[in-house]
Amino acid sequence: MRAQRLLKVATVSASAILLVAACGGSSGSSSSGSASTGSAAASAGTDAAPAAPGGAAYAGPVGAGEGQVNILAWPGYVENGSTDPKVDWVTQFEKDSGCKVNLKTFGTSDEAVKLMQGGGWDVVSASGDATLRLIYGDLVQPVNTDLVPSYADIFPDLKMQKFNSVNGVAYGIPHGRGANLIMWNTDKVTTPLDSWAVTFDPNSPYKGAVTAYDSPIFIADAAVYLMATQPELGIKDPYALDKTQFDAAMALLTQQKDLISEYWSDYTKATQAFESGSTAVGTSWQVIENLAEADGGHVAAAKAKEGATGWSDTWMIAKDTPNINCAYKWVDYIASPSVNAQVAEWFGEAPSNAKACDLTSDKNFCTTYHAGDTEYWKDVYYWNTPTTACLDGRTDVQCIPYSEWGTAWSALRS
Amino acid sequence: MTTTTATHRGFWYRHPGLRLGGLLTAPMAWLVVVYLGSLAALFLTAFYQVDDFTGQVVRSFSLKNFQTLFTTSAYYQSVFRTISIALLVTILCLVIAVPLSFFMARVAPRSWRPVMVALVLTPLWASYLVKVYAWRSMLQPESGVIAWFLKPLGLDGPGYGYIGIVITLTYLWLPYMILPVYAGLTRLPDSMLDASADLGAHSGRTFRSIVIPMIFPSVVAGSIFTFSLSLGDYITAQIVGGKVTMLGNVVQQTYVTNLPFAAAVATLPVVIILLYLLAVRKTGALENV
Amino acid sequence: MTLSRGTKILLGIFALIAGAFVYVPLGIILINSFSTNKSLTWPPTGFTTEWWAKAVDNEGVRSALLTSVIVALCATAIALVLGLLISLAIARYRFFGRESISLLIVLPIALPGIVTGIALNNVFTSYLGGLTFLTLVVAHATFCMVVVYNNVLARLRRMGGSVEEASSDLGAGGWTTFRLVTFPLMKSAILAGGILAFGLSFDEIIVTTFTAGPGITTLPIWIYQNLFRPNQAPIVNVVAAALVLVSIIPIYVAQKFGSDDERAGGVI
Repeated sequence: MRAQRLLKVATVSASAILLVAACGGSSGSSSSGSASTGSAAASAGTDAAPAAPGGAAYAGPVGAGEGQVNILAWPGYVENGSTDPKVDWVTQFEKDSGCKVNLKTFGTSDEAVKLMQGGGWDVVSASGDATLRLIYGDLVQPVNTDLVPSYADIFPDLKMQKFNSVNGVAYGIPHGRGANLIMWNTDKVTTPLDSWAVTFDPNSPYKGAVTAYDSPIFIADAAVYLMATQPELGIKDPYALDKTQFDAAMALLTQQKDLISEYWSDYTKATQAFESGSTAVGTSWQVIENLAEADGGHVAAAKAKEGATGWSDTWMIAKDTPNINCAYKWVDYIASPSVNAQVAEWFGEAPSNAKACDLTSDKNFCTTYHAGDTEYWKDVYYWNTPTTACLDGRTDVQCIPYSEWGTAWSALRS
Repeated sequence: MTTTTATHRGFWYRHPGLRLGGLLTAPMAWLVVVYLGSLAALFLTAFYQVDDFTGQVVRSFSLKNFQTLFTTSAYYQSVFRTISIALLVTILCLVIAVPLSFFMARVAPRSWRPVMVALVLTPLWASYLVKVYAWRSMLQPESGVIAWFLKPLGLDGPGYGYIGIVITLTYLWLPYMILPVYAGLTRLPDSMLDASADLGAHSGRTFRSIVIPMIFPSVVAGSIFTFSLSLGDYITAQIVGGKVTMLGNVVQQTYVTNLPFAAAVATLPVVIILLYLLAVRKTGALENV
Repeated sequence: MTLSRGTKILLGIFALIAGAFVYVPLGIILINSFSTNKSLTWPPTGFTTEWWAKAVDNEGVRSALLTSVIVALCATAIALVLGLLISLAIARYRFFGRESISLLIVLPIALPGIVTGIALNNVFTSYLGGLTFLTLVVAHATFCMVVVYNNVLARLRRMGGSVEEASSDLGAGGWTTFRLVTFPLMKSAILAGGILAFGLSFDEIIVTTFTAGPGITTLPIWIYQNLFRPNQAPIVNVVAAALVLVSIIPIYVAQKFGSDDERAGGVI
């Protein structure tokens, strides 16, 4: 009797253990994440940026793929046909390389940094306001550009910039660049707009139907507007704001809040809001206009005359990633001329690969998007990470660092 | 028989304490280590800082986060707004649930009961997100169902915002209030109601003096769900709230850039709910949850 | 308690209105799943069944559905075991700290999901190296446990200890009593708890976004990613409508078993 009972207990426990093992070992990659204990290199950031992590780049050569690659990307960069059946460059990559793409999109650079800190990602498309945080946060490794044949054709003025390289070491492959546009629903806004004024003016005719980007980096957009409307503040770089300038920008944003219907960080939510008309006007991306129009919406977009914030993105490879070969294959693939052309056209940004200009389906694409036009980019202020050391070079004052941008933004949104 | 049973009264029978220990070890280990442990770690993080540049957590102890939290008026407003939403939602759920459950438990024919309970339970299985999204499309200014309905009357719908959030949350948590109240009403012994009638009370008096006190624990049990679920919600605010945010949104937004601050903010709803739970423990509602 | 006819009619009308309030949005979801309009303005401009066809074909939905089912089954299994153990302890024993434990166990559900989510995420990413499938199951099991506990505890309390005492008096040992007396009487409560736990895990989004590893997409995550996308939003409606229709089965099962041994349990 006792033996029988023991046998029953043993069977039950054994099946329980099997169940736990099955549930524990199931699908999903085990992550290789780096612990987010404070980086040794990180200091309070009073002077020049701290020393960059050494970390050797992959020596190569790029061999057989590991079977999968986990990609963190801006929406619209990694399309596999699910958004629009005609828009797909991932399937070809998966066929050619044997690397299955696991994608997660994020809505803001902050989300990207946070996700990278959590670990498990192999490749990330980082904007200039995330790149340095990733580099100094010890989350990405230098990229061996010899292993990336497409790199040779990248526009020279995108290579080895302040935001994607440190001390002559490249940390990523440039992707493309674009500006944040003012977009409007043409049913609600009948005259084309060319200025941010209606999104900031307290007497705006579109009060209650304005949208803004839901991230602390949007404070820079307010600063750009102030550069034109309040030149006495002396703002030269919207990411280098001393206390007075910062307070002025926050005051503008607090005033703007009355006009806002919704803030957006999910680009699909913004698309739906513009299409349905619950949002009449506001800051947006080209891809949102493209999507809305493809869906039959009545929208239009333009770059405002006061200038705009923008972004210049870089594909970076996570430190200690187990899927290094797939990572390099992806980075080379996405920067190759025909794919770069496809992404640039879908997303609506200037491509990074000079050869892509010959391969776009719209032959005037590169001209329209000012791919080689340096004048155009003069008043586009790429997303950057504000630090206490003023980015415009001033040494007589301290500027507000990004962590305080975050605090101020969260107080605004609460 | 006595001898065999005596030898079969085994080890476990003679040591009830060990039996209890055996029952409790696994779940307690799980709850204490996994759950409480992670909550404690989070609470500890609230005292840390972030590096200005990389955004990584720096383990230097400081009260700065709590200072900022308690001295910035925006956060007070958020706390009050969130509590007011949670209370409103609870009250609305109550107002709808009590008469409905009363109908289900006492007025409708007994044979209808399984069907009615099934009808109450079914919406729980429609995805939370889709229900909120359905309300987004209903509340859509000018082109949603509600606006379409009210246009001939010359009225505007509430659109996205505070009212939208309250309506949606009430809708979402209503089954959680109906079920305990219904269960409480069905358990109400008929004998008590008969006795009350025998003593000369009419229905209204019986309802006030007998029914309400007896279902009070069930009501409180339901309110635990509606209150706490509303207090911590942020997705509903994101989808139908327009620019209005709740405490959960503050946590979710600051979490990406400043985990210690988010942890500090997160302690607020925890404290509020703990206080609420301790207060209602006395009413015996926790037995009915 | 006798109510006047008028009151009864009023209550009936109220019940109808409440029922409408509950089911109109669900009806709209169903109608939108057939709508040709992708940005879901009302009224729909036309009707089509193409979304239902697309939903069946959609690989994203299918793999998300499978992931959700597996996660929910694993979490429910763990929750059943732990919930059963702890409800037996609370219901049948008196010990120091019992009140505190019964408060503690409600916390995973009472505390906001985002708090649980970021707490677990913090521990998993800082100390355990990262998020995986297992971290997700652990997170889900933690709050599913509460649902099982509630159901089983309620049943154990209603049962009272007299049946078990009678069993002991007749000579049955602890395990035998559990096996032959307690467990059969609790079966429907366990089933109900299990079904509720499964449903809770299946639909959970907040804790899931914070604890799922890279590449793990449960159905709610898939829905969240596709809610607003013009080409996918109608499929989301199809999925929701299908879930409601399919859920009628477990609800019916739970009801049937629930009412069966109610009588057996009520040995007062």
